[in-house]
Amino acid sequence: MSGSGGAGAGEQEAGGSGVPAAAVPALTARMRERFGVHGRGQHERDRPGGDGHGQGQAGGPPNGAGAPYGGGGRRRGHGGGRGGEQLVVPRARPDSYYGKPIIKEPVWGSPDVPGYLFLGGLAGASSVLAGFAQAAGNHKQAKASKIAAAGAIGLSGVALVADLGRPERFLNMLRVFKPTSPMSVGSWLISAFGGASAAAAACAVTGRLPKVGAAATAGAALVGPAVCTYTAALICDTAVPAWHDAHREMPYLFAGSAASAAGGLGMLVVPPEDAGQAIRFAVLGAATEMTAKSLLLKSLGDIAEPYQTGRPGKLMEVAEVLTAAGLAGAVLAGGSRTAIKLAGAALLASSALTRFGIFEAGRASARDPKYTVRPQRERLAAKAAGSVTDPPSS
Amino acid sequence: MGFFTDTSVCIGCKACEVACKEWNHVPEDGLNLLGMSYDNTGELGASTWRHVAFIEQIKRPGDAPGPGHGHPDDSGASVLTESALGEFSADGSRWLMASNVCKHCTESACLDVCPTGALMRTEFGTVVVQEDVCNGCGYCVSACPFGVIERREEDGRAWKCTLCYDRIGDGLEPACAKACPTQSIQFGPVDELRDRAQLRVDALHEAGETGARLYLEDPDDGISGGGAFFLLLDEPEVYGLPPDPVDTTRDLPRMWRHVATAAGALLVGGLIASLRRDLRP
Repeated sequence: MSGSGGAGAGEQEAGGSGVPAAAVPALTARMRERFGVHGRGQHERDRPGGDGHGQGQAGGPPNGAGAPYGGGGRRRGHGGGRGGEQLVVPRARPDSYYGKPIIKEPVWGSPDVPGYLFLGGLAGASSVLAGFAQAAGNHKQAKASKIAAAGAIGLSGVALVADLGRPERFLNMLRVFKPTSPMSVGSWLISAFGGASAAAAACAVTGRLPKVGAAATAGAALVGPAVCTYTAALICDTAVPAWHDAHREMPYLFAGSAASAAGGLGMLVVPPEDAGQAIRFAVLGAATEMTAKSLLLKSLGDIAEPYQTGRPGKLMEVAEVLTAAGLAGAVLAGGSRTAIKLAGAALLASSALTRFGIFEAGRASARDPKYTVRPQRERLAAKAAGSVTDPPSS
Repeated sequence: MGFFTDTSVCIGCKACEVACKEWNHVPEDGLNLLGMSYDNTGELGASTWRHVAFIEQIKRPGDAPGPGHGHPDDSGASVLTESALGEFSADGSRWLMASNVCKHCTESACLDVCPTGALMRTEFGTVVVQEDVCNGCGYCVSACPFGVIERREEDGRAWKCTLCYDRIGDGLEPACAKACPTQSIQFGPVDELRDRAQLRVDALHEAGETGARLYLEDPDDGISGGGAFFLLLDEPEVYGLPPDPVDTTRDLPRMWRHVATAAGALLVGGLIASLRRDLRP
């Protein structure tokens, strides 16, 4: 071992080659900066000589300047400057073993699962819109939304089965009913909803069995909202920090996003003179989505970072712009056919991008151990300070 | 039944890794030069059910002893007379080794979220995947607060330590515990192991190794105690373990309430949107 390590655990051999040992951490820190490793190649960045090393010696926050968690030594009092060394920030303790993630990254694939989050929401909210449109005698809207609901949930089913490690065993989902497993609850919801929405769509398209169609429409409209929002519990009931810690706001975000998508699709495909319901549904949805999203980011605090940086950050940003544009368009469109359709398309796209952004943000938060370790450290510190007596659950 | 892994006497021989693979027919998943000290397997996963971590630490004169390094003698010289291998040697370095394993949580998120019932609790209090039921949905992988269980990609199903369900059912001890030459891995009834662990940590503290602490032994912690718990010589995250893990599903009742409220709100939103038929938003 070289002598360049600090007291931090996980110190690795830095030297060994011809490079002076003390120069290695500084070099790696500079390379990190140079190649902007934040957000990509977690594995490359987190090889030996990881965080504690670079941070302590070179003073370059490896997590990127300005990152909420950038400062070193916040929970360890490893005092800074020793003679001869230029410690800009106090020595930090590494967040994990060789910088490796603490939890496993979700194995759920993209576009299957984020696509499902979007399509499931679209399907569920479309069935709500279809139900109320039918009740109001708005048959064009009702028919369009029924077809959308059945199509979207059908596609969802295919995507979900394809994402299983053993697709041929998909029926095992219906072996048990477990309220402790959002996926189990969801499997039953999708099964019921899929049947009802398919029947409703089939009756609407063929014009046969109107009573069965009405019952199926009502059934789908009642189950639909749960199909939209249970997916929030699905992703939040994990150890993934950016999802789990957002569990209060996520269901409302998903409900809003789903209504926005279903309304947006209605605006896109239904003649403008029949699109009033869709427009108002979309407006309510988009406003809810934007509100819930900002509350979510606020309550996440430092763990909001994955939603705001890198690829998920970009997705969320574009989605935000599209939601705002679609919302404004829907409110201001008046009778303009083009404006209504453009606004509808924007809302539909923003809903999809939001789901992809949330999905990617969760994955990013699982990859970086700091999002797992630091909130737990803060919790322990709070407990030690006596302000918390129990884990924040109950 | 459970494990007490006393990392203070782990010598990094990896007999546990090998014995586990052999007994359980766990496929080869890479024996790599990772640049992580003597660690060739990296982390627990679908095909690594015991993983030995190697942590090289250097303590230099002038380093303030952190809370985890409470050696009274700051020069780096060992103050230990006990047989803890986590002591800093005269040159101020130490080499921590620890055999990690599935924690068999008392409140087990992987088991709770499993939608097929493939994950079950055994009569020994351990948590086991039934491989003939698992359909590889991957939910347990995201739910585990420790990153233990994983989907084996070539197989499609989730795998993890079974605490040698087949062996303990026959009155044998798990393969890793049997193979451990230093009794770093101890197997037995969890209560008994907890008593033993407390004696050990007290002895280490008396000997000056104040960094020794038990991890997951407390039945009141976030997972209501691990069926497998540990004696560590430094902070848990140094070993790649979360410092304050909480069962993922503890918040689920609250999540369901929010899900139901949001679903109700969506229905009301649909109603509000339908009160008029004109085009105004």
